[in-house]
Amino acid sequence: MSDMQDYSSSLEDVNSRKFETFSYLPAMDAARIRKQVEYIVNKGWNPAVEHTEPENAFDHYWYMWKLPMFGETDIDTILKEAEACHKAHPNNHVRLIGFDNYAQSKGAEMVVFRGKPV
Amino acid sequence: MAKTYSAGVKEYRETYWMPNYTPKDTDILACFKITPQPGVPREEAAAAVAAESSTGTWTTVWTDLLTDLDHYKGRAYAIEDVPGDDTCYYAFIAYPIDLFEEGSVVNVFTSLVGNVFGFKAVRALRLEDVRFPIAYVMTCNGPPHGIQVERDIMNKYGRPLLGCTIKPKLGLSAKNYGRACYEGLRGGLDFTKDDENVNSQPFMRWRQRFDFVMDAIDKAERETGERKGHYLNVTAPTPDEMFKRAEYAKEIGAPIIMHDYITGGFCANTGLAQWCRDNGLLLHIHRAMHAVLDRNPHHGIHFRVLTKILRLSGGDHLHTGTVVGKLEGDRAATLGWIDLLRDKYIKEDRSRGIFFDQDWGAMPGAFAVASGGIHVWHMPALVTIFGDDSVLQFGGGTLGHPWGNAAGAAANRVALEACVEARNQGIPIEKEGKEVLTKAAASSPELKIAMETWKEIKFEFDTVDKLDVAHK
Repeated sequence: MSDMQDYSSSLEDVNSRKFETFSYLPAMDAARIRKQVEYIVNKGWNPAVEHTEPENAFDHYWYMWKLPMFGETDIDTILKEAEACHKAHPNNHVRLIGFDNYAQSKGAEMVVFRGKPV
Repeated sequence: MAKTYSAGVKEYRETYWMPNYTPKDTDILACFKITPQPGVPREEAAAAVAAESSTGTWTTVWTDLLTDLDHYKGRAYAIEDVPGDDTCYYAFIAYPIDLFEEGSVVNVFTSLVGNVFGFKAVRALRLEDVRFPIAYVMTCNGPPHGIQVERDIMNKYGRPLLGCTIKPKLGLSAKNYGRACYEGLRGGLDFTKDDENVNSQPFMRWRQRFDFVMDAIDKAERETGERKGHYLNVTAPTPDEMFKRAEYAKEIGAPIIMHDYITGGFCANTGLAQWCRDNGLLLHIHRAMHAVLDRNPHHGIHFRVLTKILRLSGGDHLHTGTVVGKLEGDRAATLGWIDLLRDKYIKEDRSRGIFFDQDWGAMPGAFAVASGGIHVWHMPALVTIFGDDSVLQFGGGTLGHPWGNAAGAAANRVALEACVEARNQGIPIEKEGKEVLTKAAASSPELKIAMETWKEIKFEFDTVDKLDVAHK
């Protein structure tokens, strides 16, 4: 048993709260975020940025940061919006979305800036 | 001029072999692989299959003349060699749409694979593919919700979903069973699953299972902040009992239920799918008994046809095989029926065993479920083969983790996300799977141990049912 590791997760520990895709990987650095933005653009999806207080992350609807960037393909422009949202709401989760209007769904959605757990 | 009646036995080909017939857009088309009895000419056997699966019987009857048989009859319109097999051939048959009740796979298949499969003139018979015209597709209810709606309900985007079938298959008490579900869900799974033969046995009646599992879902959702589900199996001895269990699942707020569409029957399945549409529950479909029908290359019903039956009858998930795990499944053929399950329009492609163009119109697609004998080392291949619109289910590959279900679930979740992230970065993950997983394991002790545990296990048996490919 001594080799066995406990799975530490609990209602009490706010760090147990996840936020869907990629939340089981280490937080993203700038290089990793850029790659995912490139993926969304290459897929022809419409990028968008949303944010929420971490305690409300379970809600379907987060706050939209402006409007989805329809037709935007410039990686730096998209990254700048995500960073601007993060700067304006430093304690919030900020997620990057790729809207796939043909599938009427989101082709990608991931938290790129992690908020402060509460 | 009206026909006259003459009693007796006519050769089928006089009436049912029509090589000059051009199929209509509204016809239901079927491709049968016929292994004839010795001495039966190809055209006669093909015509016999057309007759016996539509309007014909063994002798002329006077009542034939009271209807327009030329309108209603099935027509054998083409014969082709089977590549690599001289014992059999393909026969293509067109059925007028008027032969079938609207929205009823029960009716279509009672004709197509009814008496004809016991017919003496053929030694063996296999239904390889069926083209459903869009006119017929539109009469069917189809998947209750489909991929897009399920993603929105469950809030899962940009990756395959992750599941686990609870083991041992049989014998756990309801409360212990709920514990196994809770551990998997809190570790990072999206779904846990009843095994197909978990219905309502004396060791665990359905009602207690539903209650304890729902408790597991609720707590895991509060703990992880993610949406969770468990496929509550409502497969039951009678339709009334099935609906009773489905109603209770709805009452306690379960997001998804489950049915076995072949053992449970197409009639029950179609009814349950309609109920799920009306009541907002997702429907997971298991396929117990399929291999009895689809594994023999010369006799039975190919799984691509069973896939089409399910899409018409209704289900939001369907087990499709894994290609890489412990269960049968050729890669190209599997990719073919996965497309038939998920896509809007599938072109004829013999290299993947697809004999007809299939247009599904606006009918939703369903998630492909890969389950059976898979573990973390298979993850790069599974993500590559199945893509995002799939559910990857690790049973033993979750529960068999040396530190338990939660750690096993976390290992799979980390592996899945690492593969998806790498794929999005343009890395060929099937080729570089080891590097991708090893890198991910650096920050996940659960994954590291899982990789050490399952390193050696492989299922490298050749498939029994292969695509027909030329051997000369």
